[in-house]
Amino acid sequence: MNELGFPILSLMLAVPMAAAVACLFVSANAARWIALLATLVDLALGIVLWMNFDIGGAQWQFVEKAALFDRFSWALGIDGIALMLIMLSVFLMPICIGASWEAIQTRVGEYMAAFLLMEVLMIGVFAAQDIYLFYIFFEAGLIPMYLIIGIWGGANRIYASYKFFLYTLLGSVLMLIAMFWMVNEAGTSDIPTLMAYDFPVEAQAWLWLAFFASFAVKMPMWPVHTWLPDAHVQAPTAGSVILAGVLLKMGGYGFIRFSLPMFPAASVDYLWLVFALSMVAVVYTSLIALVQSDMKKLIAYSSVAHMAIVTVGLFAFNRQGLEGALVVMLSHGLVSGALFLCVGVIYDRLHTREIDRYGGLSINMPRYALLFLLFTMASIGLPGTSGFVGEFLSLVGVYEVSSWAAIVCTTGIILGAAYMLYLYRRVAYGVIKSDDVAAMPDLNKREIALLLPIALVVLWMGVYPESFMAPMRKDVGALEARLASVKPAGDAQVKMGKAPALTPAAHAEEGHH
Amino acid sequence: MSITLIVFLPLLAAIIAGLGNRIIGNVPAKLVTTAALFVACGLSWPIFLGFLSGSSTEYVVPVLSWLRSGDLQFDWALRVDTLTAVMLVVVTSVSALVHLYSWGYMDEDPDQPRFFAYLSLFTFAMLMLVTADNLVQMFFGWEGVGLASYLLIGFWFRKPSANAAAIKAFVVNRVGDLGFMMGIFGTFLVFGTVSIPAILEAAPGMQGATIGFLGNRFDLMTVLCLLLFVGAMGKSAQLGLHTWLPDAMEGPTPVSALIHAATMVTAGVFMVCRLSPMFETSPTALTVVTVVGACTALFAATVGLVQTDIKRVIAYSTCSQLGYMFFAAGVGAYGAAMFHLFTHAFFKALLFLGAGSVIHAMHHEQDMRYYGGLRKHIPLTFWAMMAGTLAITGVGIVGVAGFAGFYSKDGIIEAAFASGTQVGQFAFTIGVFAALLTSFYSWRLIFLTFFGTPRWIESEHIQHSVHKTPAQAGADTTGGYHPHESPLPMLIPLGVLTVGAVAAGFVFHHAFIDAEHGAAFWNGSLFFNAHLMHEMHEVPLWVKLASTVAMLIGLLTAILMYLVNASLPAKLASALSPLYQFFLNKWYFDELYNHIFVKPSFALGRFFWKVGDEGTINRFGPDGAAVLVTSGSRVAMKLQSGFLYSYALVMLLGLVAALTWLMVR
Repeated sequence: MNELGFPILSLMLAVPMAAAVACLFVSANAARWIALLATLVDLALGIVLWMNFDIGGAQWQFVEKAALFDRFSWALGIDGIALMLIMLSVFLMPICIGASWEAIQTRVGEYMAAFLLMEVLMIGVFAAQDIYLFYIFFEAGLIPMYLIIGIWGGANRIYASYKFFLYTLLGSVLMLIAMFWMVNEAGTSDIPTLMAYDFPVEAQAWLWLAFFASFAVKMPMWPVHTWLPDAHVQAPTAGSVILAGVLLKMGGYGFIRFSLPMFPAASVDYLWLVFALSMVAVVYTSLIALVQSDMKKLIAYSSVAHMAIVTVGLFAFNRQGLEGALVVMLSHGLVSGALFLCVGVIYDRLHTREIDRYGGLSINMPRYALLFLLFTMASIGLPGTSGFVGEFLSLVGVYEVSSWAAIVCTTGIILGAAYMLYLYRRVAYGVIKSDDVAAMPDLNKREIALLLPIALVVLWMGVYPESFMAPMRKDVGALEARLASVKPAGDAQVKMGKAPALTPAAHAEEGHH
Repeated sequence: MSITLIVFLPLLAAIIAGLGNRIIGNVPAKLVTTAALFVACGLSWPIFLGFLSGSSTEYVVPVLSWLRSGDLQFDWALRVDTLTAVMLVVVTSVSALVHLYSWGYMDEDPDQPRFFAYLSLFTFAMLMLVTADNLVQMFFGWEGVGLASYLLIGFWFRKPSANAAAIKAFVVNRVGDLGFMMGIFGTFLVFGTVSIPAILEAAPGMQGATIGFLGNRFDLMTVLCLLLFVGAMGKSAQLGLHTWLPDAMEGPTPVSALIHAATMVTAGVFMVCRLSPMFETSPTALTVVTVVGACTALFAATVGLVQTDIKRVIAYSTCSQLGYMFFAAGVGAYGAAMFHLFTHAFFKALLFLGAGSVIHAMHHEQDMRYYGGLRKHIPLTFWAMMAGTLAITGVGIVGVAGFAGFYSKDGIIEAAFASGTQVGQFAFTIGVFAALLTSFYSWRLIFLTFFGTPRWIESEHIQHSVHKTPAQAGADTTGGYHPHESPLPMLIPLGVLTVGAVAAGFVFHHAFIDAEHGAAFWNGSLFFNAHLMHEMHEVPLWVKLASTVAMLIGLLTAILMYLVNASLPAKLASALSPLYQFFLNKWYFDELYNHIFVKPSFALGRFFWKVGDEGTINRFGPDGAAVLVTSGSRVAMKLQSGFLYSYALVMLLGLVAALTWLMVR
């Protein structure tokens, strides 16, 4: 049994599971309250988890293991990285329930059940310590999402959910086959053991590609990103929040948990691929975001650009890159979630995502304009917000490997500013063009209660990111150590001139080995 | 510590005024911000005087740890040394005066608390910038002032032109920030730290080292300095990245005075001075700084000659003066650069606030062609503007005394000559010529505005005010309009700044640019080349007289063209039509950028979207697959019913296969 004397992780899975079942059998209003209560309980449990997490202690904490049959076991446990991602999930869930409070009026019980199931599966992905258990959570997570888009989505929801499905199918099949091979080879399905197992170098390449097929789609990386804009556009607000907030983090989590530690040699061999795709993604999707006329599509494309900063940071193989990528994941989860909520707020009032229908919202919705501005700035990566910390660290790490990659990815700060400010201008500034826009009321208490907590965390993470980085430090260190032997030399190659070398030069040399 | 109060009081005030104005009301919101700034200003001057008298030494006040990632560690901290102290008084003084001025200028605006909150927020960010002890906090301040600038340029957000200008300012600055960020990355890579003192200490040891960058090998320090300088160019509107500054005049005039003249735009100069020991390790970088500065000084002055909007003239003037500051830094006269920054803050803020007073008097008309003869109607504003003009044109008598610019600008020109390098000579020549242009456009502004006969009725703003068309007004070119002198809250700042414009040079030039006093005053907070400063004061008499002569030529030409023979400008414009058009259209930078950056970006975006995503990836990816799997009308039905189940099926089958395999094996 773990540190707390009760299986807290299983409990965090059981609470929403039970609530999901309950939701199916009660009235709409009762379902709302049950869902809210269950997600708040999970948030409270998450806080207990965080408070009791021993920073700098054992790598895997709150471990629980029950053998089921053969090598397959109910094995849960978290490290700091998983802890922060679970926190992100349980933090966003009550907000999602709140966002759906009035917007969803049909099949409320089923809707809430789908979201609660979603929560179970998300926590499961981050807590699973058995590779098959991980697979089940990882893939099953798509089912409630598929339902959420397909049933409560917009007009073109079928096409979107079909695309969503098709992309994910191919990747998951390949990944499953790779998993069979790995378990067979290593003789265990235990993830921590596999993370330290040295797979034959020639096999790593294939395994890496198989996992990559799955994670690249989930990320999503260019060019397998086209499901995302459609999925976002069609999904209900809360669906978009959870999709952008947590589901997009699963790809990155997969890279950190599987690709990098299990196949370090292959990871460095395919570094060029990841860098190239990421560099293309930053420029390509940012430019596309610039010409969007649908708010959700714009933010969806911006997500692809931000996720490219994650992949490029992860494959920088150094501490700044890894920690930066993780912070971008957390930050993007909050910020893009909040941006989708902001879209939802005005969508609920005017029932259109067409940017040009709005304008001048600063006049009649000043509170909304202020919060929207904050999240816009966080998305742009303004220092003092969470967006900056991650982006900055990630790019520092990338620069140590390649100045080309760094400069191309850093153009994202220019393009990002352009498309986000252009969006903000069209929505919040200018004059009010029509009566129905003029009639839109400012944020109500419920909406403030959804957005304000995110705003505070975004600022907290920007001013004092230590709270969020400290739990992950040791795990990143372990990963960095695992990657140290294959770490690529950077292109900087500082060579001293005639002046006598001083101490700082020693560092520069040391940085490159 | 008073420095903590100085920095955080404006933030606190901004939060109270910005978020709480609905509870506390408009006047308290204005009161809180203005009071906070006056307190900050009152606390700043003793710090400055402490360094001036030599009784203070530098210190760093820690605030909070910020980021820890391996070797990359930095904190929130407030650094105070001579350089910071100079900036503290500039920022808090001008900001306090601008807050006060805005009581009058913004009196009729419905959104005043928001305006004052933005002003205070700006001041906070600027103070964070100048007290930064590491490059990342400097970047925080850098972006913070950028945000405030964006918000204030777009303050009148109902105007499309204001919104466009705000976005342009932010995005063009971001281009500079790309360089700044790359510079920080490179600096960390090389030095293993972002702490400014540590970098400056280690920089000389890296002289001559090389670095691989974008596939080539370059001199290490040159790469780092130039990357950082790109950031400085953006914020300080240097040639190439200057296009946002004239457009920024869309913001209310107090904003132009505070942000786009006295403080934010000088951040680039401050950065180069702060990192001067680093720049000193790369002669190439310094040459670039000099050339860019000199070219900007000339370019902006030529454009300023022909503009008709009073604020745009002053904006180009600012751009040009920033060029002076940069080439001063480029030739190694950092003290002179900072001195000009210091005096410029006062007289340029004065000119802008004076222009604001004129605009206020003229019912929001900004076009000088519709001014004229205002000196008798708004005499106090006239005299304040005169003081500002005397200061910027550098009026004074060699060896006796003069206005602020006489000491600081002429000092820069002399330093460029004294540097003895070829690029220094280039900067000297351009500096003298630009001084002539400066004198001309500055006096042109005064003559068009305050002298001659009123041309007010031509202005639509005035027509609206007096309800008359020019035809109805007949011979009375005033249209019966009566300009009024501005209220006291606007006149007090003008008075205080007038004192600064008149006296700042005379009072402080020993401390800032004297060879002996300067070294003691700056006390290592910037690279002080005492030898150069000594040489600067020993230049031949003709060099010292050159800028005064240039100033007089400019003045006489302006008198000739705008007071003696008012038909000359039009004749000259048609005689030199191509040149006139070239200057009038700002060397066509906006058109050029629009064609090579803005339009292609949108076109590429559409291309990637329609041809890339929809035409290629979707067509051969998911859509293609759908056509393969099903056909015709059955698609929709298939999709609706089938896929979730097939998906679940595939997953389940996979799992069953896995489990079977595990158990059987």
